[in-house]
Amino acid sequence: MSKVTSQAQLRELREKYAAAMLLRDTPEIPVTSTEKSDGIAKKHVLLCTDTGCEAAEGSKIYDTFISELKANGIEKEVNVIKTGCFGFCKQGTCVKVFPEDVSYVMVTSNDVPEIVSSHLKNDEHVERLLFKDPITNELIHTQHEIPFYKGQVRIALRNCGLIAPTSIDEYIAQDGYEALSRSIFEMEPKEIIDKVKAANLRGRGGGGFPAGDKWESTARAVGEKKYVICNGDEGDPGAFMDRAILYGDPHSVLEAMAICGRAIGADEGVIYTRAEYPKAVKMLNAAIKQAEERGLLGDNILGSDFSFKISVTLGAGAFVCGESTALLNSAQGQRGEPRNKPPRTADKGLWFKPTSLNNVETFACVPPILIKGADWFKSIGTENSPGTKIFALAGKINTVGLIEVPMGITIREIVENIGGGVKDGKKLKAVQTGGPSGGCIAADGIDIEVDFDSLDAIGSMMGSGGMIVLDEDDCMVNVAKFYMDFIVEESCGKCTPCRVGTKRMLEILERITDGHGTEEDLVELENLSEVIQNTSLCGLGQSAPNPVVSTLKYFRDEYIAHVRDKKCPAGACTNMTSFRIIADKCIGCTVCAKVCPVSCISGELKQPHVIDQEKCVKCGACVDKCKFAAIVRE
Amino acid sequence: MTENTCQDHGQLKEIDEFIDQLAKQGSLDGKLIAILHKAQEIVGYLPDEVQAHIARRLSMPPAKVNGVVTFYSYFSTVPRGKYVVNICMGTACFVLGADKILEEFSKQLGIEPGQTTPDHMFTLNALRCVGACGLAPLAVVNEKLYGKITIDDVKKIIEEYKEGGVGNE
Repeated sequence: MSKVTSQAQLRELREKYAAAMLLRDTPEIPVTSTEKSDGIAKKHVLLCTDTGCEAAEGSKIYDTFISELKANGIEKEVNVIKTGCFGFCKQGTCVKVFPEDVSYVMVTSNDVPEIVSSHLKNDEHVERLLFKDPITNELIHTQHEIPFYKGQVRIALRNCGLIAPTSIDEYIAQDGYEALSRSIFEMEPKEIIDKVKAANLRGRGGGGFPAGDKWESTARAVGEKKYVICNGDEGDPGAFMDRAILYGDPHSVLEAMAICGRAIGADEGVIYTRAEYPKAVKMLNAAIKQAEERGLLGDNILGSDFSFKISVTLGAGAFVCGESTALLNSAQGQRGEPRNKPPRTADKGLWFKPTSLNNVETFACVPPILIKGADWFKSIGTENSPGTKIFALAGKINTVGLIEVPMGITIREIVENIGGGVKDGKKLKAVQTGGPSGGCIAADGIDIEVDFDSLDAIGSMMGSGGMIVLDEDDCMVNVAKFYMDFIVEESCGKCTPCRVGTKRMLEILERITDGHGTEEDLVELENLSEVIQNTSLCGLGQSAPNPVVSTLKYFRDEYIAHVRDKKCPAGACTNMTSFRIIADKCIGCTVCAKVCPVSCISGELKQPHVIDQEKCVKCGACVDKCKFAAIVRE
Repeated sequence: MTENTCQDHGQLKEIDEFIDQLAKQGSLDGKLIAILHKAQEIVGYLPDEVQAHIARRLSMPPAKVNGVVTFYSYFSTVPRGKYVVNICMGTACFVLGADKILEEFSKQLGIEPGQTTPDHMFTLNALRCVGACGLAPLAVVNEKLYGKITIDDVKKIIEEYKEGGVGNE
């Protein structure tokens, strides 16, 4: 790979590769080129290879494509490209064919011969693999017609599922490294910062702190050596957008970090990410090597006097390391305990040198802002939260996946339109955002417009972007207990309120879900929450009580039912649940008696059965097996 | 993996080689976690001898190394089974019944989460989040992912890895 040593050379390279990319041009994600392609492959098959899609068969689908194309003699006419996440995770493995932009879902290696012989060879779409609209039952051919993608706006995920992350050339073809070249040759550091400030790009890690302000403080901080850190320690359970970007479009982060380095006067960047993401780490390291070989990272980037190098540091499984000062300690090879502030990270960060620390998604937004301008960015989203946000939509929802939506969209639009509604036709109970630091939005509040400030105002938070949909079967006390259990495990133990207080809160929640809670317990929960919020050192501790506080606020009657009536309205807390056979409905088929693991159901054949409440372990196996809805959970 | 806590010299030598290689690239400051990752990859876990050895090489008190080892959930100070069964307990998996799946694995294997079977075949763990929420609930055995699993699948998955099974190494 030859080095690119000037801005002109970079642009030449872009034109060269952009022609091939034109095949993947769609109205939603326009590829940037001026020339039409000819003489290159006639079709591109895009294949998601991120963690979810590759789980089932590994590289078997790809291998089958390659061998089938050869068998049909069209291997030169069709390119098969391994990409990052399409976001449509519930429907994996996803395969797209360009230029038609046809999406196939739930593809297995057994389907590949048909795709090759019908579609790739004879242009006949394989209808049985198309996405079927769950409401209208219509077959949908192209991705942009699928409801899940309508209403999405892709900025940070612009290249995910569109380019081969292993190819720096495809990234360059998509205007890649153009923003870096402009920031080196056409802009002063102050102009870069001013532009990021003007765009009001706020931290996508959850805090929402303006990135431009961080860059400015670090630029002003006194010191020869400065660092840029990318926070890729995505610890929020149920969120995977950072991994999707690091795996699906690693260069967008590398480029943005170099831009930040140029803006603040740093020559070194560190990406701190999770050891649990081996595929993303491998991809990142490969991308760094490519960028160095191309002369887009390392010494004298693009022939200028600006030098910037990036390395990857792995965490070792600690949620608290997502907190910026804990991350700094961990990146120094120490226990990931938070530091006192001040001094601010901008003044004394990594190795106590001035450091700008931003999240993966924040960085990914930077290159488009530099190219398209602050006004463009501000035209998307809300006034105080411009741009988009990525959410990992999961839980009791029809379409689980990764979505990028403009700020200001309502939760209702996300759940009903993009997510296709609540699973199994159940009733929506709440939507949880912000993970263990966030809170719940009750079903009657889902018309709220999502942005940093609106979510804060109702006691939830944006967080890194986990969005968990809960239905009528979910017990809110149990959900709060789940998060508290997480926090107790992950509290680093430095401050007493967090270390001891969260443990006490968990004990109370366990008592309540076991059926031994009292009304005084609810008061005690509130008292503990207040103390922990006010006296913990870091963000983890300060926000730890949020799931309890918000569920107490919006679902107090559910807590009351647990402590006063000793009932779990959702039927999720087994200690407070009992199973009963309705004699009128039971036909005596004996299926329940056979499935019961403790043999506590008795009765004659064709006679109503009875459950021995003393012996019942409340596993619920009988309910699931009864075809006559004769067993009730109470 | 060796069960003998007295590490064979080959493994310590491999760790030393890694440290030497890092030292050539620059300062060893801040490299402790990276070294521990490598050591665990080589030995399978981080027994006291290995921790003490690393402490000597980095000229730091063993207590400091131990402090780091015990801080992070990724590091283990006890030997783990040939197959590490991780059940994702991320929120998406949790609301779709991952706790019941974990319970079933626990029952089938006869061990609590965090423990290893006496024959050193299986270790059972709860994992935070793999980020494959579309496949919830899911289990990871070594590197292999099993998605959308039901209680009934648990036995089948374990069978795959039992003596004579077809589990991938």
